[in-house]
Amino acid sequence: MLSRTADNLFWLSRYVERADYLARILETTSRLSVLPAAYTGDTNEWTSALATAGCLNAFLAIYDKPTAETVTEFLAFSDQNPSSIRRCLETARFNARAVRTALTQEMWETINGALLDLQKMDERQFTTGNISRFTEWAKDVSLRIYGSGYRTMLRNDAYWFSRLGFFIERADNTARILDVKYHILLPESSSVGGGLDYSQWAAILRSVNALTAYRWVCRESLRPWLIADLLILNEELPRSLAACYKNIADCPDSIGSAYGTHGKAQRQARTVLTALENSLIDQVFHAGLHEFLTNFIADNNRLGAAIVEQYL
Amino acid sequence: MYAADGSVRPPYAGVAKWLAGVNPEQLELRRLEAELFYRRGGITFAVYGDTQGEERIIPFDIIPRILSSAEWTKLSKGLEQRVRALNLYLADIYGKQSILKAGIVPEDLVMGNPAYRPEMAGVAVPHNVYMHIAGVDIVRIDADDFYVLEDNVRTPSGVSYMLGGREICFRLMADLYRAHRVMPVDNYPDELVATLRSVAPSHTDNDPTVALLTPGQFNSAYYEHSFLADKMGIELVEGRDLFVKDDFVYKRTTQGPKRVDVLYRRIDDEFIDPLAFRGDSMLGVPGLFNAYTAGNVTLANAVGTGAADDKAIYTYMPEIVKFFLDEEPILKNVPTWRCREPKDLSYVLDHLAELVVKEVHGSGGYGMLVGPQSTKSEIEDFRARLKASPETYIAQPTLALSTCQSFVQSGVAPRHVDLRPFVLTGANGVTKIVPGGLTRVAMREGSLVVNSSQGGGTKDTWVVEL
Repeated sequence: MLSRTADNLFWLSRYVERADYLARILETTSRLSVLPAAYTGDTNEWTSALATAGCLNAFLAIYDKPTAETVTEFLAFSDQNPSSIRRCLETARFNARAVRTALTQEMWETINGALLDLQKMDERQFTTGNISRFTEWAKDVSLRIYGSGYRTMLRNDAYWFSRLGFFIERADNTARILDVKYHILLPESSSVGGGLDYSQWAAILRSVNALTAYRWVCRESLRPWLIADLLILNEELPRSLAACYKNIADCPDSIGSAYGTHGKAQRQARTVLTALENSLIDQVFHAGLHEFLTNFIADNNRLGAAIVEQYL
Repeated sequence: MYAADGSVRPPYAGVAKWLAGVNPEQLELRRLEAELFYRRGGITFAVYGDTQGEERIIPFDIIPRILSSAEWTKLSKGLEQRVRALNLYLADIYGKQSILKAGIVPEDLVMGNPAYRPEMAGVAVPHNVYMHIAGVDIVRIDADDFYVLEDNVRTPSGVSYMLGGREICFRLMADLYRAHRVMPVDNYPDELVATLRSVAPSHTDNDPTVALLTPGQFNSAYYEHSFLADKMGIELVEGRDLFVKDDFVYKRTTQGPKRVDVLYRRIDDEFIDPLAFRGDSMLGVPGLFNAYTAGNVTLANAVGTGAADDKAIYTYMPEIVKFFLDEEPILKNVPTWRCREPKDLSYVLDHLAELVVKEVHGSGGYGMLVGPQSTKSEIEDFRARLKASPETYIAQPTLALSTCQSFVQSGVAPRHVDLRPFVLTGANGVTKIVPGGLTRVAMREGSLVVNSSQGGGTKDTWVVEL
């Protein structure tokens, strides 16, 4: 396939996945922000949301102070934020139109339909109070695009490049949210205890869709090291780093098998996967959670670079 | 749809009966459904210079236009003849120029034509085919004859609307559709790709690589490009996806460079190669023209075909058919005044208010005057332009174009239509025409301009066995 097509498919998926992640950050933050201050501490949840979305600096270049209104606007709709949900979906549709022939009819209609909905939508109807109507819609769009691809695409290189985009973005998102919040997961902070940490921990789990999963897997009340273990090393949780990498490693392997050549991308993906498989959460904490996550994000970027070098 | 005496012509009997049984609300519902189909599918086009919405949908009229298979047989024979003659004409003006030497077509008209490519003189094009895809605009003025309004042999577009319209009729007009035996058009992409494969350079093996070269997603016909590539199962490439090495064309793929043998290019001549033509073109592929003249890649259509669909050359078509084929033309030309000739010019200037005047090199309904529908000052304005450069204009009578019942705001009413069938020419001169074409309809009452850029719509075209 054309290198440009592979590139467009990859980024199409990344933007769709990112829109989903942003929607969940907004939901989680809205939820935290309505709790009494005693439960959330004096931290500004909206600042934290921007950090998690990776656009705090972009925000501060435009606004003075993160508030519910400004951050919601910025993350959901802003034209000035290339990573707002609106812009993510617009960019995804732009990429989709450029590679129209590499998408199935179902995928294209889902993406195109979402854009039409978006164009008709009156943003002024959304307030901080009812933004969940928008985030629910965005999550649904992302799910349908992901699902229609899963259901209808040929299992060839186009499919694997597209999946690769979803999983790399997903791994990156999970790592970022953990890294922004890592201080509240450190063992010493557990001594603080109380409602404050509990809400924060729950918020982390919610933002990766894992609160219920936690209960099923861990079967006890929220403990920071168990949360870290679940989100980093548990292969059963779809958004954990380990689960993402199992999927990520499959993509270059499938492409490599189809093309009959393996190279740097395959090796890089396998290396990260093996490291995750052989880690224990105690070691991770011992070596430093922040360092671990920083390394992971760098490794994940290296894989992206290897893919570009090898195929694009 | 109606004969001169007001009776329903036989091919339309089914439609007339059906129309009598539906009410405007039902029609409106179907019209909305059709619009939704286009919107959801992203079946759009862009109008240049329009800063409003950048992607628009083309209005689709759900009432089909109908031709009997007997009418179609006659028409398709005429199309085949005309396209055959045009191919020979192109081979001649870039070759021996016998038609110029014979004094049939004035030499300055050909050699002075900006669409004539001197670079193509003496170049042997693969399989001697110049126009693999031609769109011939046909109108009817009476029940007997088909008239050619215009030949489009550069990069004619619109075929995706023909196929899209049929798809809609399948879905929304099943009741009416079932009552007719409609000849299929859906095999067009198969015929097109077979045509393109047949004209691959002789050095390629049995499995030539065909690709569709598009200017990209900001082009007005981008939807059609992606649609056709998809239906043909070929790669949709942009200039930046290709490069030329040692006079061969390659595409950049995830598995390294892969050779391309045939390019169905939807980019105009001027833009295909910045080294050979316009140096500022960002759309083309440097070196493509060299690869082409070296015989290593087939371009469809060939470079320089624009020299054949000029409105000035059009006026010589009856002579061209006779000269190359020694046959009487089956399709008629609309009577045309050549403003370059003083006698014709003075007639045109005297009758501006009743004529249609067109730029020789214009297309898309831009830069034309429709006399009866223009204000005095518009006509005077045009008169000045005409006097300043008469050789760049032709004039035709305003024709009593045939109409077809169409569903418009005021209900079901007659609107003027034309027809663009698509003629494919492959190796050994094999011609394919799927039965039908794109019917364009002027949605405004009395309007004769059917171009989509001027608010025209489309209809499905049914060739039916009676």
